[in-house]
Amino acid sequence: MNDTPLLKVSAVSKFYGQRIGCKEVSFDLWPGEVLAIVGESGSGKTTLLNCISTRLMPTAGSVEYTMRDGTVRDLYHMSEAERRFLMRTDWGFVHQNPADGLRMTVSAGANVGERLMAVGDRHYGNIRATASDWLSRVEIGVDRIDDAPRAFSGGMRQRLQIARNLVTGPRLVFMDEPTGGLDVSVQARLLDLVRGLVNDLGLSAIIVTHDLAVARLLSHRMMVMKDGYVIEQGLTDRVLDDPREPYTQLLVSSILQV
Amino acid sequence: MSPEVPSDSGLAAYNFAYLDEQTKRMIRRAILKAIAIPGYQVPFASREMPMPYGWGTGGVQVTASIIGPDDILKVIDQGADDTTNAVSIRAFFQKVANVAVTTHTGDATIIQTRHRIPEQTLSEGQVLVYQVPIPEPLRFLEPRETETRKMHALEEYGLMHVKLYEDIAYNGRISKTYAYPVKVAGRYVMDPSPTPKFDNPKMHMSEALQLFGAGREKRIYAIPPHTEVVSLDFEDHPFEIQRFDKPCAMCGAENVYLDEVILDDKGGRMFVCSDTDHCEDRREQGHVGELLAIQEAAE
Amino acid sequence: MATPLIVSEVFKSFIMHLRDGIELPVVNDVNFSVASGECVVLGGPSGIGKSSILKMLYGNYAVDAGQILVAHQDRIVDIASADPRTVLDVRRRTLGYVSQFLRTVPRVSALDVVAEPLVARGVSALEARDTAASLLSQLNLPKELWGLPPATFSGGEQQRVNIARGFITDHTILLLDEPTASLDARNRRVVVEMIAEKKRKGVALLGIFHDEEVREAVANRIVDVSQFSPRKAAA
Repeated sequence: MNDTPLLKVSAVSKFYGQRIGCKEVSFDLWPGEVLAIVGESGSGKTTLLNCISTRLMPTAGSVEYTMRDGTVRDLYHMSEAERRFLMRTDWGFVHQNPADGLRMTVSAGANVGERLMAVGDRHYGNIRATASDWLSRVEIGVDRIDDAPRAFSGGMRQRLQIARNLVTGPRLVFMDEPTGGLDVSVQARLLDLVRGLVNDLGLSAIIVTHDLAVARLLSHRMMVMKDGYVIEQGLTDRVLDDPREPYTQLLVSSILQV
Repeated sequence: MSPEVPSDSGLAAYNFAYLDEQTKRMIRRAILKAIAIPGYQVPFASREMPMPYGWGTGGVQVTASIIGPDDILKVIDQGADDTTNAVSIRAFFQKVANVAVTTHTGDATIIQTRHRIPEQTLSEGQVLVYQVPIPEPLRFLEPRETETRKMHALEEYGLMHVKLYEDIAYNGRISKTYAYPVKVAGRYVMDPSPTPKFDNPKMHMSEALQLFGAGREKRIYAIPPHTEVVSLDFEDHPFEIQRFDKPCAMCGAENVYLDEVILDDKGGRMFVCSDTDHCEDRREQGHVGELLAIQEAAE
Repeated sequence: MATPLIVSEVFKSFIMHLRDGIELPVVNDVNFSVASGECVVLGGPSGIGKSSILKMLYGNYAVDAGQILVAHQDRIVDIASADPRTVLDVRRRTLGYVSQFLRTVPRVSALDVVAEPLVARGVSALEARDTAASLLSQLNLPKELWGLPPATFSGGEQQRVNIARGFITDHTILLLDEPTASLDARNRRVVVEMIAEKKRKGVALLGIFHDEEVREAVANRIVDVSQFSPRKAAA
């Protein structure tokens, strides 16, 4: 087993004035590991995700990240230039609403190619070939490469957003309710796709979801949040099969059985 | 220093070159900063001018701030000295600064321009002032000013190529023909104002000082003399300028930017120099284009 | 003979917070071990806690007290206290589990479902599919089903996919939760033979088998789970 965690989160807290966003959250994320953060709306899971991904500065705490060259850096002490570079190369962020993560007015091919161009790729033919390859990997017809995402369905947009994020071969992907707002059948397809990609690419991922089925299918480990605190964490099947905390038991018992 | 304007000079009751001296100093400071950071958009407190936005208020303020009584001013619009915009601005400075004006590129010390760079190579000591409608090259891809500023600061210019990528994807080639983005001195990506991309190579290593003023958007930027200016492109789709099949119908010039002129209702047309001064010069020197030759033969 | 699995003084209860916090004891003071090359069967009536023991061993259920020691690579891991990452590694390399029911994943073919554990261990997809195919044909799953997702299969067909998936790897410990429950006699015999083969290879097996015939055929020992029942202790 690899002995350095990819991400080391230590006592991260975020306050909005007097209100708690999230409080003293600590955990390690290892290479290839998928962590689900579950909890109901307002439990602080998105705040936590935004803090870890440096989209939001926490009130206290630190997050250490192991860079590609093996050095360990404190994310909150990096320059903004370094953080932004990390975000568009070694990380991905999949938003619940694809419009937040895509450029809706430019073509699918350019959406996927943007990250390549951002890291200095200046060969149109290569960029287009890579974009086509990624579109087919996320099951979007290559004949749609010049269509803008406005012409895509919700599921397609979400798949395009995933391709756009994965094209630079990131090692860590953050996902905020990636299946929220999609039909059940579209959800299933997307989940299957994400599961396959995560396995094939050996990605580490942190997925925020209120849907325990999503957590079950995608994650190795999960954390349950309530009122800003992590109240229970462990192996995903342990937490779901043998929930210990009252709130977790309530969550698990609230799953609709079909 | 404010040159005193004698009360019997015939000048209107304005300060020299219309703007008050404090404003000129403010604008000059912005210009100096712009020259020090080639291609960087310096914000300035753009003033209301006695003409509407879109008529060159940015360029006029830059010209007003740098012009002195001994300067010789040339104003062109789309290459021509005799179009409304050029005539109005020239008249404006004659009225408020009483400066000498010219249409000859070589004689001018300051050339204010909209949409063209003169064909004649500019030389040391000349200043070319561009009127700029939208200074931000990233604007149409990224609407947030906070974000575009950050992108400039961090040199994140991938998005610029997204635009060019789209062009090739839809048209098979980079079809952008004007306001074609350039990288200045290897650092800032800059919008050269809506000049045709034909003129982009003229900006590169020019001996003249190039100043850009955007009045409505309140930005000034500059290319100092002898500065590298590179048009963005792809390795497999390199930057190219427009080519014209025929020489100028009036003066026979080749490798110049031509305008299409409709001659009649039967589809007759001709292509002539967009730079009127350049065309006249050549004709004076005896160069004769196709159409002129026919006319002369008919006479 | 090596003893790769030792269960020592394990206690387990459920606290039902949604029902006024009542405590449901499951098992008390569980002690047993499984040696390499033997198949130990958990015996006793239904509801006595056999499946719960398997789930604790696999890490699905938390443990209140005690140790579950597993020989993992060249060290001993206590599943009861190990962190999730270690448990996952033990599952990947050492401890296999064949459950009663297949957890189907949408859109993944039966062949890939079976091959997946091998691929996760770094075997090439092609080779893993070959091995998967031979196991599925051994278990008499009609070939035309191999390319289909198992969600729509019958109980027996799903069960066979599940068995193939569980047996495909060379895990040194295998937990079997009624793997023959919905199989016909012919396929039961196939599974019995597969278990015998695992024993010959030195795998330590721990299982629950309600079918007496199968139990007789595979068990080296039977551990009576009723001795760990808290109800018996209370009586």
